[in-house]
Amino acid sequence: MIPVKFDYLAPTSVEEALSALGEHGDEAKILAGGQSLLPVLRMRLNAPEVVIDLGGISSLRGIRDDGDAIVIGAMTTHHDVRDHELVKEHVLLISKAAAEVADSQIRHRGTFGGALAHADPAGDLGAPALALGAQFVIAGAGGTRTVEADDFFVDLFETAIGDDEILTEVRIPKHTGWGAHYEKFVRVAHQWPIVAVAATVKGSIDEAKIGLTNMGSTPLRARATEAALAGASATEDGVRAAAEQAAEGTNPPSDLNGAADYRQHLARVLTGRAVLKAAGV
Amino acid sequence: MTATQDRPAAEIGKDRRRKEDQRLITGRTRWTDNITLPGMLHLAMVRSPFAHANITSIDTEAAKASPNVVAVLSGKDFGEELGACINAWPITPDQKTPAHSPMPADRVAFAGEIVAVVVARTAAEARDAAELVDVEYDELPAVVGIKNALKDEVLAHPDLGTNKSALWVFDSGEAGTGTDAEAAITEARANGIVIEREYRQQRLIPAFMEPRSVVVDPTSEQMTMWSATQIPHILRFALAATTGVPESKIRVIAPDVGGGFGGKLQATPEEWIAWAVARRLAKPVKYTETRSESLMAAHHGRDQVQTLTLAADKDGKVTGLKVHLDADLGSYVAIVGGGVPVLGAFMFNAIYKFPAYRFECQTVLTNTTFTDAYRGAGRPEATYAIERLMDELAAEVGVDPLEIRERNWITHEEFPFTTVAGLEYDTGNYEAATAKAKASFGYDELRREQAERRERGDRVQLGIGVSTFTEMCGLAPSRVLGSLDYGAGGWESASVRLTPLGKVEVVTGASAHGQGHETAFSQIVADRLGVPFEDVEVLHGDTQVAPKGLDTYGSRSLVVGGEALVKAVDKVIDKAKVLAAHLLEANADDLDYADGRFTVRGTDQGKAIQELATATFAGHDYPEGMELSLDADATYDPVNFNYPHGTHLCAMEVDTETGAVKMRKYTCCDDIGTIINPLIVAGQVHGGLVQGIAQALWEEAVHDEAGTLVSGSFVDYLLPTSADTISFDVVHTDEPSICTTNTLGTKGVGEAGTIASTPAVVNAVVDAVRHLGVNDVQMPCTPERVWRAIHANDGDAPTPADAMPHFQEGSLNQDEGAGA
Ligand SMILES: Cc1cc2nc3c(=O)[nH]c(=O)nc-3n(C[C@H](O)[C@H](O)[C@H](O)COP(=O)(O)OP(=O)(O)OC[C@H]3O[C@@H](n4cnc5c(N)ncnc54)[C@H](O)[C@@H]3O)c2cc1C
Repeated sequence: MIPVKFDYLAPTSVEEALSALGEHGDEAKILAGGQSLLPVLRMRLNAPEVVIDLGGISSLRGIRDDGDAIVIGAMTTHHDVRDHELVKEHVLLISKAAAEVADSQIRHRGTFGGALAHADPAGDLGAPALALGAQFVIAGAGGTRTVEADDFFVDLFETAIGDDEILTEVRIPKHTGWGAHYEKFVRVAHQWPIVAVAATVKGSIDEAKIGLTNMGSTPLRARATEAALAGASATEDGVRAAAEQAAEGTNPPSDLNGAADYRQHLARVLTGRAVLKAAGV
Repeated sequence: MTATQDRPAAEIGKDRRRKEDQRLITGRTRWTDNITLPGMLHLAMVRSPFAHANITSIDTEAAKASPNVVAVLSGKDFGEELGACINAWPITPDQKTPAHSPMPADRVAFAGEIVAVVVARTAAEARDAAELVDVEYDELPAVVGIKNALKDEVLAHPDLGTNKSALWVFDSGEAGTGTDAEAAITEARANGIVIEREYRQQRLIPAFMEPRSVVVDPTSEQMTMWSATQIPHILRFALAATTGVPESKIRVIAPDVGGGFGGKLQATPEEWIAWAVARRLAKPVKYTETRSESLMAAHHGRDQVQTLTLAADKDGKVTGLKVHLDADLGSYVAIVGGGVPVLGAFMFNAIYKFPAYRFECQTVLTNTTFTDAYRGAGRPEATYAIERLMDELAAEVGVDPLEIRERNWITHEEFPFTTVAGLEYDTGNYEAATAKAKASFGYDELRREQAERRERGDRVQLGIGVSTFTEMCGLAPSRVLGSLDYGAGGWESASVRLTPLGKVEVVTGASAHGQGHETAFSQIVADRLGVPFEDVEVLHGDTQVAPKGLDTYGSRSLVVGGEALVKAVDKVIDKAKVLAAHLLEANADDLDYADGRFTVRGTDQGKAIQELATATFAGHDYPEGMELSLDADATYDPVNFNYPHGTHLCAMEVDTETGAVKMRKYTCCDDIGTIINPLIVAGQVHGGLVQGIAQALWEEAVHDEAGTLVSGSFVDYLLPTSADTISFDVVHTDEPSICTTNTLGTKGVGEAGTIASTPAVVNAVVDAVRHLGVNDVQMPCTPERVWRAIHANDGDAPTPADAMPHFQEGSLNQDEGAGA
């Protein structure tokens, strides 16, 4: 498992990283935690000439309170995201999902921004970010722009981040006091989800936000279920009935872990369970 | 001379921590890939992406021009010196065996087959240049899957004219070991019960931790091969036999090897190519596979379709069993090849007194990775089939699955017992193992809970699975192997040497690759010779150090190699006695030997074995006619297999809504005769259980229709970790059934857990949902399969497509192709 030879750059500021990106264009690849990029390189599925490591840019790491939102730096590891008090208090769903990413070693290396930029439809962080209405701060040569979650995820492994841009941070509107649960369905512990459901609810139930993982080429919202739940009381039967609509509009893959119809069945069952747990029922 | 047997065993039975672990865990060893020799070159393989294709041209110019490339060689650049990958066990005289070149020049027969090798100064440069080798293929239709192969429409090897390699038959009526199975089935159709099932043994990948690696040094008088192999001795033999180098010019070393599970019981194309390249270039070379290459091109295991007919009377007493296996050899008949399913032939009757038995095994060739031994090799498949069938019979009769077994098993008074397959089981006590397992498991309570959950219609149902297994291990009596046309014997060799200062060097022909032989063998020698455990050094795995041996597989090392060791120690004691008598001026008959010391009976006069070793080294005073050495060699050829057995009980929870399964409890009571080191046994049992459970629940190697391995990384080939397993309840019978065919009374344990556990788990899954109309779930019991079985009316599960390529950027392939 030897990657093709590449040059390695370790900028210490976003500006420096952007100018390196500008210079090398699509010959360059950004390296965050490397947990997705390195396997790609080692299996020679991609062969960039230059790898630009963001690891030395301290401003990209960390979590802060920004009034109505919690801001997570792109280079913050899954481990740090999971355990951070601000995350647990205001965007609990993110903490719950980060706890379910891969295993401990990978959580200590893999980053929040890297996972979202990688945009694997089976990645655990897209659905909660989508459900919570995250805003993605993207830096480019012309300055920074902010992209709404609904516009960020474009397709399989494809986001709104341009080739010459860097995701610097993600702003997640506070959902203080909302219950949350991430229901991940796997066959072995260290696996990507076959299907997962990210649910967060206010009260029981004033409002519900539900994101689906691996039910299409991007993370999806279970809008029909959300609508059916709003203002409903959190009874087992009621929630399960609302969850029957969770697979509407989804287009999941068929693979060794399950055919599309089975995944849709799972989405319905898991949505019911996730909402009930989020609501503390 | 067995005076030592009387002294209490200080070491045997002791939970010694493994002496090899410190060096293995701290890296104070050199794995094959760590070996670096002066001037060593590195190899990278160019592999076919197609499962079946003619090679029309290979352009190596660009690769040769790549930096620091020394040579690029393809099949046509080699002559006979390349040798051949051998099949050591043609199971029938008319077996169709395709020629298996390590690097074919004309046609590839599986995706991953090597078509060229690049030699460069670094591994990275070799890999870069390998990408530049331009191979043109003319794709041929590929045959994938047993049922397709049997049709003989598309041929894996068109020149053979058929995909059918061999048909091997055993019939107890014809062999005189029992009656006619067909007649029993006919009778049962009229007046009894007939259970007919087809079970699928999915293809598995041994997935050892250390990938295969080989270093060849051609620069001294003996050419040396280091290989991450289980079988250094067999490799030396096969290299000599196929490459024209005399055996005396070959040294093979298996240094510390990181696991094998049968997967390193092979004479591999990679080893043969490294050998040929080193000879050609007269330089040391190294090749280490990547994990992707390992999954694709190291041999796979299992892969059978089992068609089974069990006949019984109305009380569930079995009257006959008919087994038809179709076994996928893959693209070539590998070293043991069709012998693997044939090893199962003797085990389908398991612990039971079946009067009639017929076994047929049809091996087929396909354009997939070749298959061979994987932990248990033939016996897990047999055990699975019969233990699943016994549960089905119990359901049919309407009794507890343990009850149906008791109605059929050999009782402990009936040993020795000659089975319908012609084997003589020396000892066993199925009643005792079952009673102990039941108590430890809490069988009755769990059955009660199961009934309650059914009653309530719980979403999560509970199932209890039983597996009362036995197996034949300790491979193997050489004459028996001869009668089966196996190409080698089954003996093992040992030497015991005393150093001048009284330390003990033990040489064994077994070749440990994670088993803990150094510890267990030291315990045996420490007790028998009466020396400190720490003073014993076990040497193995190098044909210069251990010139004779048949290596490690088939749970043979302790029961065959250990017995050779016992015999060598006894010879040392016999020799030492002559010297002791001389030095003590006593009659040899008046000497006792205990705790490493000869004493003259009735006196305080004595000589320690260490003193005798020093006296032999000095040679100043010894009896006339004595050869001046205490060292001894012994070779032991077993007189029988041995037959460990056990009762395994498994409780599984099944979420009927999602099909997810979860293990609740696993108890096993194994009877393996005398236990040398309980800690090592526990390790073998735990690891074995996990591999068997993994077949039941997680692992499956899948090729698509084109013959591409879909489960080509650990993202898709699901290996469990400790996070996926529970803490097992491992117990043993209070009074083990001591093996009567070796001195120590031991039975093999290396494969027991794997052989026993798979049916216990699947039986538990099926038992949990049997009341919902389920009587089978295909392995691995994925949540989807379990869910579909529960909702069987929805029709068959669609064939799975490719898995999500988490590491692949851009284009996706999950909609292409269909899994086999
Ligand atoms: C064995 C294994 C199991 C895993 N299991 C799971 C799982 O269960 N669930 C899950 O969600 N994930 C899983 N992952 C993936 C893990 O979460 C990764 O950490 C994550 O997908 C990528 O994050 P990273 O920081 O490692 O990014 P990298 O691998 O460094 O980068 C990933 C991609 O994003 C780009 N990129 C990274 N950062 C930026 C940025 N700031 N701006 C623009 N582009 C950027 C890179 O160029 C690259 O293309 C697993 C990984 C492994 C190796």
